[in-house]
Parts: sequence; structure tokens; C-alpha cells
Amino acid sequence: MKAPTPSLPQASWGRGMATASLPRPWWGRVGVGAFAALLLTIFLVLPASAADLPQWPKARGEACIEASATMRRDHPDMLKHQRDDTLRLGIRGAKASLKECVACHATGSAEGKAVPVNDPGQFCQSCHEYAAVKPDCFECHATTPKAPVKEAAR
Amino acid sequence: MSSSTTTYTQVRPYTRGWLALMASLSAVIVVALGAVLHMEHQGHWVTGMTNQVVWGMPHVFAVFLIVAASGALNVASIGSVFGRREYQPLGRLSALLAVALLAGGLAVLVLDLGRPDRLFVAMTHFNFKSIFAWNVILYSGFMAVVAVYLWTMLDWQAKRFYKPAALAAFVWRLVLTTGTGCIFGFLAAREAYGAAVMAPLFIAMSFAYGLAVFIIVLSVSFKMTRRPMGDELPARLVRLLGLFVAANLYFTALHHVTQLYFAGRGGVEAFILFKGGIHTTLFWVGQVGLGGILPLVIAYGGCGHAARKRAMMASILVVLGGLAQVWVIIIGGQAWPLDLFPGMKASSTFADGHVHDYAPSAWETMLGLGGIAIALVITVVGVSALRLLPAHLGETTNSGCRHN
Amino acid sequence: MTDLSRRQVILASGAVLIAAPAPFADAAAREAGKPASAAQRWGLLIDTAKCDAQCTVCVDACKAEMGLSGHDRPLTDAQYIRKVNLHDPATGAAHSLPVMCQHCAKPACVDVCPTGASMKRADGIVLVDRHICIGCRYCMMACPYKARSFAHEEQSGQQPHLPRGKGTVEACTLCVHRVDEGRPPACVEACAAKAKGAMLFGDLADPKSEIAQRVAREATTRIRADLGLEPAIRYQGI
Repeated sequence: MKAPTPSLPQASWGRGMATASLPRPWWGRVGVGAFAALLLTIFLVLPASAADLPQWPKARGEACIEASATMRRDHPDMLKHQRDDTLRLGIRGAKASLKECVACHATGSAEGKAVPVNDPGQFCQSCHEYAAVKPDCFECHATTPKAPVKEAAR
Repeated sequence: MSSSTTTYTQVRPYTRGWLALMASLSAVIVVALGAVLHMEHQGHWVTGMTNQVVWGMPHVFAVFLIVAASGALNVASIGSVFGRREYQPLGRLSALLAVALLAGGLAVLVLDLGRPDRLFVAMTHFNFKSIFAWNVILYSGFMAVVAVYLWTMLDWQAKRFYKPAALAAFVWRLVLTTGTGCIFGFLAAREAYGAAVMAPLFIAMSFAYGLAVFIIVLSVSFKMTRRPMGDELPARLVRLLGLFVAANLYFTALHHVTQLYFAGRGGVEAFILFKGGIHTTLFWVGQVGLGGILPLVIAYGGCGHAARKRAMMASILVVLGGLAQVWVIIIGGQAWPLDLFPGMKASSTFADGHVHDYAPSAWETMLGLGGIAIALVITVVGVSALRLLPAHLGETTNSGCRHN
Repeated sequence: MTDLSRRQVILASGAVLIAAPAPFADAAAREAGKPASAAQRWGLLIDTAKCDAQCTVCVDACKAEMGLSGHDRPLTDAQYIRKVNLHDPATGAAHSLPVMCQHCAKPACVDVCPTGASMKRADGIVLVDRHICIGCRYCMMACPYKARSFAHEEQSGQQPHLPRGKGTVEACTLCVHRVDEGRPPACVEACAAKAKGAMLFGDLADPKSEIAQRVAREATTRIRADLGLEPAIRYQGI
């Protein structure tokens, strides 16, 4: 690539700095090694500070709709498939229903108030915190079986 | 590559001026991102947008940038599709600016969404009856088409693709701007909008805004890098700008006069033209005055200044007038209430029956300015990384260059 | 695998109970597992002569049913149904009527939604699929009836039958959760129970339904009928 030959002093700055001319200080390699050591230490130590295995309060129903292993693996697909069937096609009464999950798995506090199912230590959050996945569901879906009917402000 | 008569050179980065410019633009972007975080975290109640005026300041900036983007490409098209040699050296910068402005506008649009985290959903679920969905495809495709077009301008080995790429880019941008105009034109529900003239109006707007922004960027970049620019080119550009401004005024007049003929639309027209407060002021003083009549006077030599200064003044006025025009279209059009019961006075707890107020919050304005900053950052990086800016734009470019 | 789950037993008995004649609905609950059918077109008939200007029973019932807790911000708070008070300056006449999503047969909001989140179900109910709504508000620009609201803040205390969340658009669902169980919308039920019974709900496509018979023999109008969107909500007295 031939460099252009303009008559103006600042119009071209040549081919760019060749990497061979970059300075290489003696502490370069030591720094890289120290960084690698730091990373290794972090990766070895991290598992010790991992979250405990998921624990959550007992559910209300007799049994879940599927075995635990199946639920753990397939619940995202079950919910995602069912949401379109329910909402867009109007198919009700399906086996996989987020509303029913909440109805079974939500607990009550000591005073008898319903505890949101995605609170820390509750059903959804305990597994998701362990797996470091933040589900989007409860931005919209109710977190308790029957939300208190609030008086409207107007 | 360099042609025998047009030399393109990179702008030298990391100089004091370059760093100062990038630092200030980056600061604007950081502030804008902070505003986005606040709006997204709190929800849109912190903005001035309501259930009545659902599109606000961010959309004013976004639509302006998007419309200007397609118009900025016009300069390159004049050189390539229409074969005008005087414009050919400007083609590369024109293409870069088109992409930069579009990126800035789209960034503002996406960051204002209620669920910007669902951008991936927007890119994978298309309702092809929606002009909005078509716009998503047109905008992304525009980036690709202009990238190819720029490549054919840079790489002499791609010379045989130059004319097809130029034509494709020109047609694409017309379709894109038509699509943007139809976002409003297809809305039968709103008296200020549902009209076929919105599409050509937007095309005329794009010609004017795009050229104005191009002139500003060209002039400022040449000044900052101390490249000489003759008087012939700015004189041409400002006269062309005058022509585009006249076209914009024509379609605006056509739109409003037609609306005035429909008895039922008398209300919304009286609102925009006489009784709308800020909207009326922005229409007459901003859109028609600053963005229309004054640039026309300047373009055709009404004031005695040199061509370059006239071009700059006219362009700044067109940009200001353009922002006013987009405000009047988007916000003025929403401020006028929907007429569910013609002839009746309506009132309700859901803001029926009266003009809707809109007061932009600082967050929205910051986001809009952030979009401009994004566009400018991309432009600065582009002209520094690639050889896009002509070394000089004096008389010598007239003898033609290799891209005929 | 062959045991019925407790849920299924409850649902089946519920369906049996609901299928028994109910005071309002011509329709029984739809069977579990069956999709909504285009053979039905749900609609409302509203006799505005029975609407008092001060009466907001339908609005209050909707807010309670849908969990629409206001935030004391009337410009941005969601409202699915509202009472519009009209006054004719030419004659001095005044009347009042409830306006909600009109569940058009050719909805403008469905046409303009870029992702297809705004949708019309087979039986005519227009809904927002908030799983794919990106919150662009174009449907709010397009709706001729100003029926839609945008969720401007984080929502909590949702009703289990109506998920709603920040950043998505929402509107009257014609109480689709009730309709699928064979019950009328909350506004209709409340009007009949606590006000003058101005609202009638039913299947416009079923010639034997009360609503179909009434709209066949009485004059009714639709708001902004000239737009050709064919709303399912019919009014008398406007």
C-alpha cells in the first residue's frame, strides 16, 4: 500500500506504528505471570464460596406434575411452550401452568401472609441463585397464589 | 487508494483537538447511558411521556437522525448515480455519515423501548403487516448496503460493483425514508397523520436534513484538520440545500392545505397553526422560519457572506428547523386528542377530550443528545481509521477522478 | 401416570359446575385442552341510557379484578375501562358511557405491532402477548380508541390471572380469564349487580344468544365505525 504524498504536513501519518518499535520493559513478563497466578488463585478459591445447594420450603400439593429431574431440566421449555398455547390459542387447563406452580409452591409467613415465591430462600430463587440465572417471569406474573385485591387509588 | 486528482487521507488521531472532541462526546454518551439506566430501572414514569403522548423527545431526536441519515447518503448518490463529478470526492464521507447518523438514531430508539432487553425478540419476530417491522429490516439492511457501497468506493478492485452498489443504496434509502414516513402516514386513527403525503414529505425532509448535517460535518472537519476548501463547492452545496428546503416547504404546505380542506380536520389544523402554544411557535418560527425561509434567503445570496459561511449558517438553521418540524409532527400530532365522538365535548379520567401536555424530562433530552454524540463518535473514528476525507476540495477536483 | 392428579380432578369438577346454566353467560366454560374457536365472537352491548354520569361501578370492578393499583399518577396510571362523559354543545344533551378496548375484527393495533405481540385470538378477543412485547408503544399510537396503557413503573401485587409488568403495553382483555371459564367480564357482572345492568356480554356469532338477538332487532352503533375496524362493542344511545 503506497502511502499518499500530500503537500500538507499533517494530512497523513504514514503506515502506523510498527509493533517492533514498542518498548518492552523487564517487568512485562513478570506482570503477565503475576496476573496468571492471580487468576489461578481465584479459580481455585471460588468454589469454596459457592452458594449452598438449593433448599426450599415444602410445597403444598401432593406431587409435582413431573419427576424432579424432569422438572429441573425441562421446566423452561414446558413453560415457554405452554405460554403460547394458553395465551395465543386459548388452551386452558394444561399440565404446565405457572399459576399452579405458584399455587403449590408459595408458602405463608408466620402471620399468615403469602410470601412471594421468588423471595430469597423460596422456591424459585433458591435454585436460580445457585445456578446464577435470573428468570424474567415474575416481573409480570403474580408471585403469590392470590394477590390481595388492592383498592384502586382513584 | 488515491485517484490521480482526489487524495483522501486519514485524520490524524490522538492530537489534542481530537482527544478533546472525543472526550466531550464520550462524556455526553456516558451521561446519556446513565439517563437510560435511570429510565429503564425506574420505568417510564420518570419521563415526560405518558399514556397520552407516548412518543416524546427521544423519538424527536431519533427520527431526525434517521431521516438525516438517509439524506446524508444523498451526496454520494448525486456523485455516483447521477454522475455529477463535483460531488464524487464527497462520497466516502457521505456514506460514513449515513451509517453513523442511523446508528445514533437507532440507539436512541432502542434505548427508549419499554423492554430494550427484548431487542433480540424484535430482530427475530416479525409481523410483516407492520411498517415498523419493515423498518427494522430496512434500517439493518441499510447499514449493510451502505457498508458495501463504501467498500466499492474504497477498493479499486471492487470497481465493477460501484454503480450497482450506488444504485442499490439510492433505492434502498428511498424505500427506507418512505417507510419512516409511513410509520405516521399509515395511522388512520390520528387526524394529524393518516395521509399519503407523509412519505414524500419525509423524503423531502431527508434531503434537506441530510445535506445540512453533511455540510456541517464537512465544514467543521475541514476546519479542524486545516484542509483547504474552495468556494465553489460550498456555493453548490448551499444552493442545493436551498432547493431541498423549498421541496420540504412545498410538501408541508401541501399537507396542511389539504388538511384544511377537510372540515373534520379543522380542529387539528387550527391547533397546529394557531392555537397550539409551543407547537404553533415551533411550527412557524422553527420549522417555517428558521428551517425554511431563512435558509432559502441565505442560500440564494440574500446575505453578503462568503459561500462557506452561508453554507454553514443555512445548515445550522435547517437542523434547528428540522428538529422543530419533527417535534411538531410527533408531539404536536399526539397532543391533539383522538376524536371518538365527533361534534361532542368529551371528558373522562383517561384524558379524553382535551389537548395533551408534554414536558420533556431531562432524561429524555440527555438520551437524545447521546444519540447525536454516538453518531459523531462513529464519524470521528471512521475518518481517523479510514481514508475518507479528501485532502483538499479546491478547483482541482473538477478535472474528474477515477470513479466516473 | 394413569392416576389423575388432584388438579385435574378439581378442574374437571369445576368444568361440570360451570357448565350448569349461569345467570349471564350463554356460553359454558371451554373444555380444557381446546383452543379458542373462530366460531365464536365475544362482544358487549351497552345501553348507555342506563349509564349515570357519576356511576363508575364498571371501572372500579375492573381495577379490582385486574389488580390495577394506581400510583396517584393519572397521566401514566393504567386504565383499561373509563367512563366518558359527553356533552353536545349544539343541543345541550349529555350522556355517559364506558369505553374500553373495542376488540375490533380488524384491529389497527395488531396491524402495527412489529413483533406480533398485539394479537387477536380466534374468538375475537384482542390481547397483548406481553412475553414478546418490546414496549415500543406504536400500538398506542395506532389505536383509534385510546384503549391501551403502558406500564410506566415496576408492578407488584398482580392478580394471578392477569400478569402485567413494567415496560409492556396492556389493555382490556374482555376478562378473557373469566370468559374461558364461562363467566362474564367483571365490569358486566358488577354493572348487573350494583348498577343498572347496562352491559350485556355474549357471543355475537351465536344466533341464539341474547346479545345476537338484541343487536338484530334493536339499533346499535359502534364508536368510529367509519374506520371500518368492526369493533365487537356495540352501544345504544350515543
